[in-house]
Amino acid sequence: MAEVKTKGEVVLNRVAIVAVVVALIVMLTPIYWIASTAFKPRSLATTVPPTVMFEPTLTPFAKLFTKRSQLRQPVEEDVYEAAPWWEKLIYDDGEQVVKNRKTGAITSSGYWDRYKNSLIVSIISTFLAVSMGTLTAYGFSRFKVKGEQDWLFFILSTRMLPPVVVAIPMFLMYRTVGLHDTHLGLIILYTAFNLSFAVWIMKGFVDEIPREYEEAALVDGYTRLQAFWKIVLPEALTGIAATAVFCFIIAWNEYAFALMMTSRNAQTAPPYIPSQVGSGLPDWSVIAAGAFLFLLPVAIFTFLLRNHLLRGMSFGAIRK
Amino acid sequence: MARIELTNVQKFFGAVQVLRDVNLVIEDGEFVVMLGQSGCGKTTTLRAIAGLETITSGTITIDGKEVQNLKAADRDIAFVFQSFSLYPHMTVEENIAFPLRAVRSRQAEREAEVKEVARFLGIEQLLPRRPSALSGGDMQRVAIGRALVRRPKALLMDEPIGALDAKLREQMRAEIKRLHIARESTSVYVTHDQVEAMSLADRIVVMHDGLLQQVGAPEEVYLRPANLFVAQFVGSPVMNVADVTVESEGTDALLRIGGANGFRVPSETVSHLNGSPAKLGIRPEAVMLSHDAKDGYIETETTNVEPLGSHDIVDVRVGDETLRARCESGFTGGEGQKLWVALDPHRAHFFDAASGNSLRRSA
Repeated sequence: MAEVKTKGEVVLNRVAIVAVVVALIVMLTPIYWIASTAFKPRSLATTVPPTVMFEPTLTPFAKLFTKRSQLRQPVEEDVYEAAPWWEKLIYDDGEQVVKNRKTGAITSSGYWDRYKNSLIVSIISTFLAVSMGTLTAYGFSRFKVKGEQDWLFFILSTRMLPPVVVAIPMFLMYRTVGLHDTHLGLIILYTAFNLSFAVWIMKGFVDEIPREYEEAALVDGYTRLQAFWKIVLPEALTGIAATAVFCFIIAWNEYAFALMMTSRNAQTAPPYIPSQVGSGLPDWSVIAAGAFLFLLPVAIFTFLLRNHLLRGMSFGAIRK
Repeated sequence: MARIELTNVQKFFGAVQVLRDVNLVIEDGEFVVMLGQSGCGKTTTLRAIAGLETITSGTITIDGKEVQNLKAADRDIAFVFQSFSLYPHMTVEENIAFPLRAVRSRQAEREAEVKEVARFLGIEQLLPRRPSALSGGDMQRVAIGRALVRRPKALLMDEPIGALDAKLREQMRAEIKRLHIARESTSVYVTHDQVEAMSLADRIVVMHDGLLQQVGAPEEVYLRPANLFVAQFVGSPVMNVADVTVESEGTDALLRIGGANGFRVPSETVSHLNGSPAKLGIRPEAVMLSHDAKDGYIETETTNVEPLGSHDIVDVRVGDETLRARCESGFTGGEGQKLWVALDPHRAHFFDAASGNSLRRSA
């Protein structure tokens, strides 16, 4: 593209670039803030004005994964020397790791368990929502369904009120049927939550795939299921990737239900991280470390699927 | 290869009837072209044969076996779509091999079959490529390759070259003909292009409004159209059609169109007309022009000239009507020139004004 530009347009173009850069700075600052705080020693985390230049340390991460208590008296030298590097960091900060009195095993904080819960719940619910959504979308796209528009509207209508509105009844239902504080409970919740979204997005993508592709496969001796598996699914991969990213992000970041529906066993990271703010003097660099690690899976997942997200739909061999 | 027979096939889409009593026999090894405007039911007929469309009533048999209730996969038929419908996520080789994998043939066999078809179509060098890297003509060759590789009972083609540009269309037309002759496959070909139909078909089936209008060899459809629709649909430029009155004048007859002086023709050429309102159909090549007054010619003036290189199409006024004539290039100087025009009575067609059916001389 090298169309002729007037002087005014050139100026406007530069102004636009400046605006984009400013917007980008505004948006990236919180992420930088979290990332940098995660590597700051506790003493620098809350300085005013904020410290920009500092020596990064892994102390917040060492503290994030362990349960600690204040050191009453300086640690003995031979104990300090025998400790692994991460324990030394904690000693340096004036704290000690809480250990089992009998076995001497370290007590870990709840973070890693919550993180695992987040992964389990998000991955399984994303898989379920996307696979069910794709099949449903295929059905609506390819077959005559009586009252199709009404069904689709009904599916969408499940998203029309803020989910928190139904939180209390959901909580009571879950407690009654014993789904409270279970992985299954959260998985069902997030799957139901994302399904309508997945159906609608996938319907758009499946509609784009020409029917002739499947018809060609049907004539060539395949069943409809085989045609779906071998032709529609590979062609819908772009849409599936995009839908999966969105579903994963929604499930991963969900806070309100996770807070209400779980307490311990199945608690995910989002309600856990802020709960640490309230316990004693908030250690902001530890909280930042937790938040920073929490950002990574979404960033990695999106990064891995970026080609699918960017690739246009019309890369095919259909001539219209 | 196979014989396909359609008997009393009806198809409704909701309340709309798209196929009305279609009866058609396609002989083994025959190349049949279904010709008609979009929406006439030709594609629906083809899809019904393939099993992509259920029919409301009637029977379809392939080699004597009723197939109207069989799934497309069980009919052993190949279909070439206008859009080619090559799978973008597979290479050309995988595309061609795809039908073979449905029947779970062995990989070595598969590779040999694909190679053979590719060699036959001259696309061997394209096998590792993706469809998106192919030209339109090559996509079409691959689509045909995919259809042929399984050695189906019949090859159905739905406007397979409609998406190509004019020059390529001509080339592919010749290739499809060569392919048909080499393979002797029973072929059904749908098009709205009458040139394609004329050049490819053993028999042409002209469809309109879900009804078969005429079934016959290309020459027959062209020279003896069964009705006005066929007459005007087949042939380019379109056949001239005008209301005509026949008066007898001595031993001759006078054909009067557009209120002008009549054309004098031998009365035996119109003796079969019974006097009911009729329309005259005459192809441009049967409209004869002359620079000088001659017997049977009437005076006229040119209103438009289209020079086409090999010949010219000249419009002349006859009363209120315009007749298009085909003549050698450079025959007239331009618009507004005085000429004399006559009709070749042996190549004139007459149609019933009400029904549009041909009023043919009994031979």
